Amino acid sequence: MKGEIDFGDKNTVPNDFIQTLVMTKYASLDYLRSRRFFILLIISVLIGILLTGIVAYFRPASFLTSSLSFYSSWWSMSVTFIIILSAVFFGGDAISGEFQNKTGYFLVGNPIKRSSIYIGKFLAAFLFSLIIFLVFTAITVGNGVYYFHSSGFPYQFFESFLLSILYIAAAMGLTFFFSSLFKNSTTSIIITVILLLFVFSLLQTLVGTLAHIQPWFILTYGAQAISNVLSNPYPPAVVSASIAPHAAFSISSYYVRLGEGVIIMLGYFIITTIAGLFIFEKKEFN
Amino acid sequence: MDNYSIVVQNLSKEYGSFSALSNLNLKMQGSKCVGFLGPNGAGKTTTLKIFTDMIKPSKGHIFINGIDVNREKKKALKSVGVLIETPEIYPSLTEREALSMIGQIKGIPKHDLDSSIKKVVEKVKMEDWLDKKVGKMSKGMKQRINIAAAILGDPDIILLDEPTSGLDPRGMSEVRDIIKELKNENHLIFMSSHILSEVSDICEEVAMINHGKLLAYGKISDVVSKFYVEKENVVELSFVSDLRQSSIKAISKITGVKKVDTIDDKRLNITIEGDQKKQAEVLSSIVKLNVGLISFKPSSGLEEAYLSAFKEVT
Repeated sequence: MKGEIDFGDKNTVPNDFIQTLVMTKYASLDYLRSRRFFILLIISVLIGILLTGIVAYFRPASFLTSSLSFYSSWWSMSVTFIIILSAVFFGGDAISGEFQNKTGYFLVGNPIKRSSIYIGKFLAAFLFSLIIFLVFTAITVGNGVYYFHSSGFPYQFFESFLLSILYIAAAMGLTFFFSSLFKNSTTSIIITVILLLFVFSLLQTLVGTLAHIQPWFILTYGAQAISNVLSNPYPPAVVSASIAPHAAFSISSYYVRLGEGVIIMLGYFIITTIAGLFIFEKKEFN
Repeated sequence: MDNYSIVVQNLSKEYGSFSALSNLNLKMQGSKCVGFLGPNGAGKTTTLKIFTDMIKPSKGHIFINGIDVNREKKKALKSVGVLIETPEIYPSLTEREALSMIGQIKGIPKHDLDSSIKKVVEKVKMEDWLDKKVGKMSKGMKQRINIAAAILGDPDIILLDEPTSGLDPRGMSEVRDIIKELKNENHLIFMSSHILSEVSDICEEVAMINHGKLLAYGKISDVVSKFYVEKENVVELSFVSDLRQSSIKAISKITGVKKVDTIDDKRLNITIEGDQKKQAEVLSSIVKLNVGLISFKPSSGLEEAYLSAFKEVT
């Protein structure tokens, strides 16, 4: 077979790094030939085409005032959704499937650490999420260049691009964590979807808007840095307002700082990856 | 570890108040096949899963070539081939890719990988399916690939959990031949099975387990004699043509024949009272009846010993 990794001496079990790469290679092959990859690719391309059509036909002012406003409007409304979908599609059953589908029985009995299986699959899922993300980024940049030419490419978009990659890692870490927590793929996928799309947003509203507590512990709050960096000026840390004149009750809107956003997403990535690895190491195949 | 390939030391596994394994001790070495027998829930698969770090023991250790599986899994399983239950393979991978993945994990050098894969797929008779996706294969074909993956890289020790499960009769026979061949190639095979005839056909030794406790371990003849005092022998007789009732009656009247059971029109099981000398006399008498006897197959006694062992402890 072409593209094999050379292991050196006979009878030597490869080191953990090489075994992780082997896992990444074959998990990637599995993703590449899977229906989910093509479905997600089609979804992200369709979102791109839809936005292209809307901007071309309606010429909304919010998009076309400046290059920054273009990227802010286009990117903010769609990229986090695509990232969440990618994390769920590729990571939702990555570990639980090893138990439910019994594919783990084919792997775990071999001279390989479970951490190599986990990290190898994580890298493959991250890589394929990145591919989907880059396809959407290409459509975004293509439109941006069409309307504002390359001279109108704002540096803030590059910051947002890097923050999005960090968000992919954090969201993937979280989905892998839930995937290692359950042995049933459907359960792990549903819980991750509900959490990322609904529960985090609801908590953010309750904690931030109503209880006036900065929701620093919520991943989606940290991910808001992706859109915040595209605002000029950067939004204030907190905006409080009474719901009516002289009313005792007020609401607050928190805007995550760039540094805080990075720390929250990085924190989620590190903590959920370590926790997921720990659970997978301890989990029994029975 | 006294050069034992496998040492199971005070192994216990508890799930709450339920004890799946209780203080199991076992030592194995050499090139042979050891059958692992016990009723459902006896602890066979649990033991094999602890061997491969699929589950952790509550107490005790398993040493493979002197290395503790729980502490140094990679090192311990370096020369071990494993087939536990009926694993599934990533469905979009081809047979070649699935085996390449396992080969690369095991560290088979790049220049040997193709030839190693070719060797094992020929053994399991799956060479025509190398570039077909596993997801489109039958359960039996997948099980052959699982066996190929277990023996890939020529491991010294092979752990098999009901290897013929899911195979058709021809597949079962071929797998038995593969295991016999491996045994002759300097492998230690530890195999759980429910099929007693399979174990007595392939293995020299047997370990019996029930309620997580080892009841006996040793040569089949020793284990049989421990649980089954040979007061009578069961012999299967095959005849060239359909047996008449008169012939069956004549056989049942021979001195020493205690019981005659019809298997089908051309086969009988007869229970003979007495020792081997008596058995020879009975068979000689049947030949003299001229009823078309073409073969006879004495029982290994394993089934009787198994039934006796598990009747005693349950």
